[in-house]
Amino acid sequence: MNAALLLLADSRLPAGGHGHSGGAEQAVRTGAVTGLADLAAFLRGRLATAGLAAAALAAAARELAAGPAADAAAWRELDAEADARTASPAQREAARAQGRLLLRGARRIWPAPVLDGLAAALPRGAHHPIALGAVSAAAGCSGGEAALAAAYASITGPATAAVRLLGLDPVGVHRLLAGLAPAMEDVARAAGSPAAWAALPAHTAPALDLLAEQHLRTEVRLFVS
Amino acid sequence: MSADHDDHHDPSPPAGRALRLGVGGPVGSGKTALVAALCRTLGPVLRLGVVTNDIYTTEDADFLRAAGVLAPDRIAAVQTGCCPHTAIRDDIAANLDAVEELEERLGPLDLVIVESGGDNLTATFSRGLADRQIFVLDVSGGDKVPRKGGPGVTGADLLVINKTDLAEHVGADLTVMSRDAAAVREGRPVIFTSVRQVPEVYAVAAWVRGVVEAWAHDRDHQHPQVAPRPAGVAAPRPAPVPRPDDR
Ligand SMILES: Nc1nc2c(ncn2[C@@H]2O[C@H](COP(=O)(O)OP(=O)(O)OP(=O)(O)O)[C@@H](O)[C@H]2O)c(=O)[nH]1
Ligand SMILES: [Mg+2]
Repeated sequence: MNAALLLLADSRLPAGGHGHSGGAEQAVRTGAVTGLADLAAFLRGRLATAGLAAAALAAAARELAAGPAADAAAWRELDAEADARTASPAQREAARAQGRLLLRGARRIWPAPVLDGLAAALPRGAHHPIALGAVSAAAGCSGGEAALAAAYASITGPATAAVRLLGLDPVGVHRLLAGLAPAMEDVARAAGSPAAWAALPAHTAPALDLLAEQHLRTEVRLFVS
Repeated sequence: MSADHDDHHDPSPPAGRALRLGVGGPVGSGKTALVAALCRTLGPVLRLGVVTNDIYTTEDADFLRAAGVLAPDRIAAVQTGCCPHTAIRDDIAANLDAVEELEERLGPLDLVIVESGGDNLTATFSRGLADRQIFVLDVSGGDKVPRKGGPGVTGADLLVINKTDLAEHVGADLTVMSRDAAAVREGRPVIFTSVRQVPEVYAVAAWVRGVVEAWAHDRDHQHPQVAPRPAGVAAPRPAPVPRPDDR
């Protein structure tokens, strides 16, 4: 049991997550997501690709943060692994912004030298999963819990955005999320950190990359990403 | 301004940083017009930065940049994901990030204004984001709005009631608005404006300047017990004669 995990995953955590839709806004705009059925497909796809990569990076960051090797060079190297798994510059920017905002709050919520070290190593912001992994360590969460929080965040943000943008029945959307709970756990298990960072999952979703790039070029936007 | 109101605020401003002034209020009440006016009047005397929270676009930021009231790099825009009040109250991280980025990039500032996206009467700024806040109503929303109260109307450090030029067209009674606002605001100031007719907004600018000076004084002298107090603005009770800003 770990109540800190609930705090960390809660959308009420003041870390700027409410401004990001994870591609959902653009998917709604292009007509790729119009209702519950295609939202389900969108979320499943996101979880299996960006979600899995984020979960693995979060677990690796949790491990780094909890060990003795968490110096600036190591943080930059792990962050470069996240860059390498994020093809779209718009997504990189969004991931860094979210990582920066998460660390900003977490350094006051769960003060720890390792978080100060990460912030100093990457002043423009670490990728969100890296920040999440480090914060998980500071909050006393395990690597598996860090991965689960990342998997959860990868689909709950877009789901909430879809509720707002399409006026979907929020209970219907939560039922859908509940149906994805086993898949979130599978992803968190599969994310278990291997010894070498280069071997971390690198699943990509070209459609998400394209949506992120289009979104950045759209004039009328409610969400940052 | 009553003593216990001042007690709300952090007594000692963190060293070195600018005063953060929130400007909130319903959609279209004139927040951006007021911010532009303040930049025009105060820009020459204060080191300013502005953060806008547009709902859809960067329209407010673009308007301010186009108005030429402030160098474009002093204006930053934050997107709020359909929830303008969340970004100023419940999860202020993105706004704080933008404010600090401006301060870091531009060097020391005296004042950073954060304009909220237009919202409802319950939307107010977190004290974690804004040291002081102005709530902007306009008369075209009807003269009953001050009576309805709500945290913005009752609690803001300054209530601005804008578009007095429209009062006769919409049948709004400014005396009623003034009386009702005074009744719920426990002596906190109310200023009537027509940004259209008096774009210098002298009285509001004087209030802001007083607040900034008090803040800077406290910051530099660190009297932990002395709360900042706007200089040169009498607490109106009853509210001032409802006439457009200083004409
Ligand atoms: N007649 C009149 N119109 C005004 C006055 N002040 C602003 N306006 C107009 O009111 C409209 C809305 O003004 P804004 O300053 O954009 O209002 P806002 O509160 O920033 O609006 P949002 O950011 O969209 O919530 C614009 O067309 C302004 O020109 C005024 O004193 N009198
Ligand atoms: Mg505006």
